[in-house]
Amino acid sequence: MGALRLCLSILALTAATETASALSPEPPPGASSCSGCHAAKRVDTAVPPLAGRQAADIIAQMQAFKSGQKPATVMDRIAKGFTDPEIQAIAEWYARQK
Amino acid sequence: MIEHSTRRRFLAAGASAAAAFSLPRGPALGQTAPRVIVIGGGFAGATAARALKKADPRIAVTLVEANRTFTACPFSNLVLGGLRSLDQQQFGYEGVARDGIEIAFTAATQVEPQSRKVSFATGSALGYERLVIAPGIDIDWNGLPGYSQAAAQKMPHAWKAGEQTLLLRRQLEAMEDGGVVVMSAPANPFRCPPGPYERASLIANYLKTSKPRSKLILLDAKDAFSKQRLFQNAWKELYPDHLEWVALSNGGKVTSVDPAEMTLTTDFAKHKATVANVIPPQRAAHIARLAGVADNTGWCPIDPVTFESKLVPNVHVLGDAIIAGGMPKSAFAANAQAKVCATAIAKLLAGEPPSDPKLINTCYSIVAPNYGFTVAGVYVPVNGVLTDVQGAGGVSPLEAPRSVRAQEALFAEGWFNTITGEIFG
Repeated sequence: MGALRLCLSILALTAATETASALSPEPPPGASSCSGCHAAKRVDTAVPPLAGRQAADIIAQMQAFKSGQKPATVMDRIAKGFTDPEIQAIAEWYARQK
Repeated sequence: MIEHSTRRRFLAAGASAAAAFSLPRGPALGQTAPRVIVIGGGFAGATAARALKKADPRIAVTLVEANRTFTACPFSNLVLGGLRSLDQQQFGYEGVARDGIEIAFTAATQVEPQSRKVSFATGSALGYERLVIAPGIDIDWNGLPGYSQAAAQKMPHAWKAGEQTLLLRRQLEAMEDGGVVVMSAPANPFRCPPGPYERASLIANYLKTSKPRSKLILLDAKDAFSKQRLFQNAWKELYPDHLEWVALSNGGKVTSVDPAEMTLTTDFAKHKATVANVIPPQRAAHIARLAGVADNTGWCPIDPVTFESKLVPNVHVLGDAIIAGGMPKSAFAANAQAKVCATAIAKLLAGEPPSDPKLINTCYSIVAPNYGFTVAGVYVPVNGVLTDVQGAGGVSPLEAPRSVRAQEALFAEGWFNTITGEIFG
């Protein structure tokens, strides 16, 4: 009985979650702009993809761009427009993309 | 279409109880799927159509576009300079259609915001929950005395890539060595702020390498322009004998043109051209004005969170047609705006409040083979206006070795491949 109730409540919970996520997960602020240069599919470019990379790796790169520690053409100017929490959210979001 | 993608979605979710429970509960299911019509299949519109479908596959998306082939403006200056062919600029809509987007290859002729209906040149009409207008620009044919559609056949604008680009290229190729190319650049705002200067550079490059006794004169209605110092440094280095820029304060503003005489007139002089490229004043394209989303400036005011028109409810406007605060009229900006707008529309249709966005712009300019530079910016809405984030953005360093310019030229090509791949691939 207890097991059935637990099972039902899990079902209800999952159903609620599914309903709320009828929309695809929303990219955090700034993230959707990145794919203008960082390709999600295979294309001919020297710019590395972001999807599926380790969040910690993206964060480290962005911080290095932001501080000027890592030489860049344009990413230093872009990274300076993002706060640490924003960088983290974008990195985690891209880490979840395939 | 909707039924199909719903089934796919269901199958993709597997036979889990959760998926079965969720299906009848979505706000759009069990009723008619909400329809979003997107007018215009360029960088903004085609991005919006695909991003809408991605944000919520249940939305029925109809893309309305008159042309079956899209011809991209970015990089079309390379075509004028003889460094690229026009077919490298052209894309079809097969990739868009593959996402389950209905494409109507026709022109929208009327928008009725009251009844939420768009009419088409074919005579049919379609209702919408939300409408996205990404119309691009029209040449303002009343903006420059002497300039007209007929004049554009003799003095091409080439500010919409395609036939006009090829026409200007043919004229440059046919010009004898020793000829004078006269260009005119308009006052702000206009599509692609660095575009006239990139074009002048690449035509000068062609003259220098193929017709060295020729020269280009760029008559400008402005004293200041995008990436100015970078361009001027490059001109001094690369084209000292082939490119002359005449600023507004030196009499650069063209007040009339005469296609029969091939002359461009300023307050101070009459310039005789062997080849003339007139970049005339512009405004939001016709359908924006028909829909009532353009104001008396000729451009479209928008809410920077949702890109909904400030003039007409349930109609969103994107790309070169809008008044975007600090964001320039660029393909990158159009693509970034469209993705933000699509997310906001999906949320609005689901009854959720849209989030405050952050957007990026990056614009590459090429002044010669292996010589490129950028301007970039990061933007957030501040008091209803898209505003530059302080401390971010700006142009490439003024002092940099040629290897950096070469790297930016390489990244420019990557950018073109990536953004067109995202939109049309």
